[in-house]
Amino acid sequence: MSKELEPLADPGLPEHVHRKADIDPIAAKRAERQVAVLFSLSAAGTLLFMYSFFFIKEDLFVFIPVMGNTNAQQLGIGLGVAFGLLFIGFGAVHWAKTLMPDQEVIAYRHTLRSEEEDRGEFVKAVKIGAEEAGLGRRPLIKRSLFAALGLAGIPAVVMLRDLGPLPGNSLNETNWKTGTKLVTDPGERAIKASDLEVGGVAQVLPELAPGKKRTLEDIAKDAVLLIRLRPVEFQLTAERLSWTHEGIIAFSKICSHMGCAVALYEQTTKHLLCPCHQSTFDVTRAAKVIFGPSARPLPQLAITVDADGYLIAKQPFTEAVGPSFWERKS
Amino acid sequence: MKFISKYRRHKFATPVLLLVALSALGFTFSAATAAPNQSAAAASARSTLIEEGKEIFLKGCSSCHGLNAEGAAIAPALIGVGAASVDFVVATGRMPMQDMSQQAMRKAPVYNEEEVAALAAYVASLAHGPRAYTNEEIEWERDGNTAEGGELFRNNCAMCHNFAGQGGALTRGKYAPTVMGVEARHIYEALITGPQAMPVFNDKIITPEEKLSIIKWIKSAEAEPALGGASLGRVGPVTEGLLVWTLGLGLLIGIAVWLTAKAR
Repeated sequence: MSKELEPLADPGLPEHVHRKADIDPIAAKRAERQVAVLFSLSAAGTLLFMYSFFFIKEDLFVFIPVMGNTNAQQLGIGLGVAFGLLFIGFGAVHWAKTLMPDQEVIAYRHTLRSEEEDRGEFVKAVKIGAEEAGLGRRPLIKRSLFAALGLAGIPAVVMLRDLGPLPGNSLNETNWKTGTKLVTDPGERAIKASDLEVGGVAQVLPELAPGKKRTLEDIAKDAVLLIRLRPVEFQLTAERLSWTHEGIIAFSKICSHMGCAVALYEQTTKHLLCPCHQSTFDVTRAAKVIFGPSARPLPQLAITVDADGYLIAKQPFTEAVGPSFWERKS
Repeated sequence: MKFISKYRRHKFATPVLLLVALSALGFTFSAATAAPNQSAAAASARSTLIEEGKEIFLKGCSSCHGLNAEGAAIAPALIGVGAASVDFVVATGRMPMQDMSQQAMRKAPVYNEEEVAALAAYVASLAHGPRAYTNEEIEWERDGNTAEGGELFRNNCAMCHNFAGQGGALTRGKYAPTVMGVEARHIYEALITGPQAMPVFNDKIITPEEKLSIIKWIKSAEAEPALGGASLGRVGPVTEGLLVWTLGLGLLIGIAVWLTAKAR
């Protein structure tokens, strides 16, 4: 029986240690002053804010070590607001910690379930209430109330409509049509094949019908990068080679990964880099993905020249530009 | 003939004849010597410059670019790159290269302005190419448009050089350098020649006026004061986030510790 465990004795609560301010009136006075200083600092901060806002010239710069030349007004406003709010908090916390009552209170735990008697009383009260409201006797009120409650939920469902409308076919289409002229972005100037030299690039957009205004939604799909290489540098299929014109090749600028604008063209390596996730495309091999998370090459735009020598689209994009979406066909 | 025989003994005949003869001689002499002398002087000055340039080239550049600038396995040919390229890469210190790394970086130039001009003249004499510019020629302050320049910069330059012109990373150790503090002529020459990984933006794609606008925007971005003092490199959320996550969170943790510490 010697192995029987002794129940652990309840150690009780540790002895309450009084704060200095509780026992020493000088310390209490000191704490009081500290709180007052903190609150005064807050007031000073607010005054600094007002002074900076109204009286410091907005083009005045002062040198602050580490920060460098800093605008004095902005600095004063920022520090003023920060001090004004922060020191109210610091003062309040210091007050509570040093001077406010410091008794230890024991909160005992009880069972959560109510007494049987109270539970019975509650059920009885609900039943009486329902009886007095007379819902059973007045079906008209009951039905109209339920109808009103049911209808009140509908606006929440209707507001989901604002998530739409569905894009329809618009993700598969761009403003590039057969024969659309390539124009510079910005500037909207038509480009001749001879305007672009080897090693050069041009950011282009489709020429819009007169009177039509270009929207950001248009640019988000239409943006194209024009690059000129030496024709011998291409390693393309015969079809893709026929989409180029004298070494000029055109790709959608919208990354097939997440839709960032891919236009970091390195003339030395003929690589196109997407700045967002570092997908790298090889221009000489029809924008084949050679690094990074992108799943598909950038769509190539077939180009040729019209009778006046201006670059035009030979046909629309043959696939959807930009990142994947559920209804994407390819 | 009667005219001559009538006046040949006139008292003014000798001085007039003398004057006519002397002026004729003077004019003929100046016509015969001065004009060809001027062009000959210019030509000889240019050829001297080219000779000087060739001298510098043979000493400083030919070990990589070849004795006749024909290029080699480690360096491209310089025939046809023009004076603009030479002025850009040599006057910004990119050439001669510090080491054979991914990219020639900007450093204090090795050659002074005269030597750069001589080198440029030599390379330009090899074949036709874009000419070099001076800062005075590039009237960006007068002819540029800051707002238009900003739009052009965001469309054509910002993807590599950063939306505030601070530069950025490219693939495999290459990078686009900052455009802050670059001389106007070097920005212009970089646009027309496309140094290193940078593509060419010729005058048909970005017109000379548009180039001036881009330069004006860059200069206005350069002059923009940092209202908050420390600009944190102006690269956006990366440095700002780092500061908030270390300094800001550290401060909050400190406050939390102070809040729960029991007062003595």
